[in-house]
Amino acid sequence: MSKQYETVIGLEVHVELATKTKIFCACSTEFGGTPNSHTCPVCTGMPGSLPVLNKKVVEYAMAVGMAMNCKINQYCKFDRKNYFYPDNPQNYQISQLYLPICYDGGIEIETKDGGTKTIGIHEIHMEEDAGKLVHDDWEDVSLVDFNRSGVPLIEIVSEPDMRSAEEVIAYLDKLRMIVQYLGASDCKMQEGSMRADVNLSVREVGAKEFGTRTEMKNIGSFKAIARAIENETARQIDLIESGEKVVQETRRWNDDQGYSYAMRSKEDAQDYRYFPEPDLVPIVISDEWMESIKASQPELRPEKMARYQSEFALPQYDAEILTSAKRLADVFEATTEICGKPKKVSNWLMGETMRLLKDKNMDPEDIRFSPKNLAKLIELTEAGTINGTVAKEVFELIFAEDIDPEAYVKEKGLTTVSDEGELRSTIEQIIKDNPQSVEDYHNGKEKAIGFLVGQTMKATKGKANPGLVNQILKELL
Amino acid sequence: MANVISDETIEYVGILAKLELSPEEKEAAKKDMASMLDYIDKLNELDTTGVEPMSHVFPVNNVFREDVVANPDGSEDTLANAPERRDSAFVVPKTVDS
Amino acid sequence: MSLLDLTAVELSEKIKAGETTAVEAMEAVIAQIEAKEETLNCYVTFDKEAALKKAAEVQKKIEAGELTGPLAGVPVAIKDNMCTEGMLTTCSSKILNNFIPTFTSEAVINLEKAGAVVIGKTNMDEFAMGSTTETSAYGETKNPWNTAHVPGGSSGGSAAAVAADECFFALGSDTGGSIRQPASYCGVVGMKPTYGTVSRYGLIAYGSSLDQIGPLCKTVTDCATIMEVIASHDKKDSTSIARGDLDFTSALVDDVKGLKIGIPKDYFGEGIDPEVKNAVLAAAKTLEEKGAIVEEFDLGLVDYAIPAYYVIAAAEASSNLERFDGVKYGYRTANYEGLHNMYKKSRSEGFGAEVKRRIMLGSFVLSSGYYDAYYLKALRTKALIKEEFNKAFAKYDVILGPAAPTTAPKLGASLSDPIKMYLGDIYTISVNLAGLPGICVPCGLDSKGLPIGLQLIGDCFKEKNIIRVAYAYEQSSDFPKCPAASMTD
Repeated sequence: MSKQYETVIGLEVHVELATKTKIFCACSTEFGGTPNSHTCPVCTGMPGSLPVLNKKVVEYAMAVGMAMNCKINQYCKFDRKNYFYPDNPQNYQISQLYLPICYDGGIEIETKDGGTKTIGIHEIHMEEDAGKLVHDDWEDVSLVDFNRSGVPLIEIVSEPDMRSAEEVIAYLDKLRMIVQYLGASDCKMQEGSMRADVNLSVREVGAKEFGTRTEMKNIGSFKAIARAIENETARQIDLIESGEKVVQETRRWNDDQGYSYAMRSKEDAQDYRYFPEPDLVPIVISDEWMESIKASQPELRPEKMARYQSEFALPQYDAEILTSAKRLADVFEATTEICGKPKKVSNWLMGETMRLLKDKNMDPEDIRFSPKNLAKLIELTEAGTINGTVAKEVFELIFAEDIDPEAYVKEKGLTTVSDEGELRSTIEQIIKDNPQSVEDYHNGKEKAIGFLVGQTMKATKGKANPGLVNQILKELL
Repeated sequence: MANVISDETIEYVGILAKLELSPEEKEAAKKDMASMLDYIDKLNELDTTGVEPMSHVFPVNNVFREDVVANPDGSEDTLANAPERRDSAFVVPKTVDS
Repeated sequence: MSLLDLTAVELSEKIKAGETTAVEAMEAVIAQIEAKEETLNCYVTFDKEAALKKAAEVQKKIEAGELTGPLAGVPVAIKDNMCTEGMLTTCSSKILNNFIPTFTSEAVINLEKAGAVVIGKTNMDEFAMGSTTETSAYGETKNPWNTAHVPGGSSGGSAAAVAADECFFALGSDTGGSIRQPASYCGVVGMKPTYGTVSRYGLIAYGSSLDQIGPLCKTVTDCATIMEVIASHDKKDSTSIARGDLDFTSALVDDVKGLKIGIPKDYFGEGIDPEVKNAVLAAAKTLEEKGAIVEEFDLGLVDYAIPAYYVIAAAEASSNLERFDGVKYGYRTANYEGLHNMYKKSRSEGFGAEVKRRIMLGSFVLSSGYYDAYYLKALRTKALIKEEFNKAFAKYDVILGPAAPTTAPKLGASLSDPIKMYLGDIYTISVNLAGLPGICVPCGLDSKGLPIGLQLIGDCFKEKNIIRVAYAYEQSSDFPKCPAASMTD
């Protein structure tokens, strides 16, 4: 390849907001449920129904915009986007085109070389989500469920400022963290509460004009996004190298097969006939309203990280990991509040919790155990009631089922054996059974004592207080 | 004056509006739309420079709902008029090509 | 004297006084419907048993003292574009031929709370698109004054039912004149309130920024009374306005002394029938004699209202009617191949010609490349028209003119030329664009014996001004009862 190419990427990220109700009606936004159970005339487009805007949606959108350094349109409106599809009950989506709530912002990402780069935010607008289509395997039909129809979304539209898959992932990570910290969304890609459309073009390095771009819709994970970007970049370069043209089109990425294909259809005119939504009135955002949103903005990551180091005397490394996800930080703070041992809590979260999350392919947002039970576990360990080995076993159960460690330890008899008499007779027996190790120890092989400790733990099913075991062993030897 | 509506335009608007017109209807639609657009072109006589488009007649703003769940399970009402349903979902022709 | 000769308010008084009952009133209406419906076709849906059952329930509540309002016990007809729970609601379209709503329109709920009893659903132009009630998928309604003529539209079924005593009053909806013009053609009182006064929740939308529900009734007193009942601030309708001046009956005063009435010269130019012109000017004279100050003035931009209206209404309609797709309710074609074919066939078979014409126009004016030239231009024109009315209402309390340029045309005479039909809305349409209230009261008959309507237009929220003038005029005029209203047997 003689020429050098540059990839130009812009993202449209859809985030489902964490409101209790839908954007235009009082139906629950709870995930799941029997198909069409969370529906009413408004979110199913019944004739005669009318939308009324959920105030909380505006407040979340403002909060996200402010956290992303956007300007706020103090006079904004909704528009109708018209297109026919069965998951869209009115066959128009209420969205914002002409006057979106936030515009002209940007967030900073860290680049590979350790520097930083600002990714511009073109705009953030509010809109309603569509329903869900399930395709029947046997018949030529699809089933429509409107439970997600009308769930509030914000669409965060970046400028075409990204140049690689790494930058895109860094941007998405940062964006997700900000939104999660604000409590505006849980941003779970696997449940669809965060989705990204990738706009991508390539051009020769040094070229001033952008190339023709394609759009890849609704890609479901960070890894898939990275793969789609690499694949699409290569596809466009191949086209240009072979003298063909990139066609401006929407493509669907098939992550299993590792290729994308054009979603072209004669029936998709892509002419949305936007016009101002006559059923909703404009939103006027006063300076006071903006101030109150700003004032109630929760602590974001940089402040939290600094506070963890000063208030809890945690090392910077701990503070970084604990604040890398809002949920982790929340669990840390709640647990510390109960047990008052920040470093111990930090160790459990950075060690066992992260390990289990990784093993089970889960996100920190999926943590389900209660801070109360982790605090109890730490107290049990600190008091010497259970030893480290038992604690790790119990923690797995806390992590999986949020069990009460106190009750569990009692019920299963896992309390450390600290009865010196009982332990002493056990150890006497072990010394008798392992003369070789005893001899090794006396010949100066310090390691041999480790073997004897191990044997003792085995004999006590791990419940022995390790300090006491060492003490008695040394004494008897 | 004298708008002419092409076959392509009628075809295109039919796709947008999801209407399938018979050949006779298409011819009538071409004629109707042309004469209505001729009539609407009368608006071009007006100088509207600097006039804000008015979508709402009254300056009413900020009509909101509080974020409180108030709707019960609506599935039976939602599906009551369904042309075709299966359990508690609507049935439509398959939306993806196999 | 037959019960049917009573106004709505008079009937309710007699019921509450124990001189008659809600059931007797309903029986009288049913007998009239059974006698006249075959000829007139005012109703799409009429459920005799249900109506009688409801009347009996209301009668019990009246006797128990639970219902004491001015409409308690009165049978009412509802235009078929307002949702009624459990009762077929078709918009006079094939595409909703089997649609049974699961909730009731706010305006109808307000009526039912006040003890009015729904008789059935009245015929209309399909989706309220038309001026004659001939675009209904369920046959045309005929004008009770002369069955060779149309009743007007789109609320033609409601207007004809009131004129023929097939109800004591009715609800209609008005997007470009759809209450006032049929009221004019049928010789009844009809009013379109200020936009936002009556909730649109449950009204199946045509042009959302223009639609308003209002009464069709026998007298101005009934009109003010019904308005007091149906007007409300509804939190389910974001465009519903909280107003504290809904005591419309307080304007029922026979006194117009010193009120300033403006007559737009532009309303009496080309196209107006001389008989209509004379009757309307005679009405103005009557008001002048009663002490009103009557002046002619130039309103301006009158000719631009119709093109602006057709762009805005068609655009909004094209979007509002997208939901009718054969998926969730209504008509689905029997045979189709795939999704888009199902959409196209269901909609093409389900909608009539006029509806398709407006959907096509609306889709076109919003499509890429035309939005600014047509839609935004129309919205700018609307702003200028509103400004013209602001200027007029700085000088006048009420604007007076005809409701329509002619009396009711013959059946079949209008549909062939859409533009000519649209021109018939010239006096009513600008009122919707500017969100104003307008009332139509009968002011005479032409030489063919067809009613002529007087339209009074008020500034926003000034319904009381037009009610007062209409009431004063009514007290000094003597409009005959429709011959069809007398029982044939």
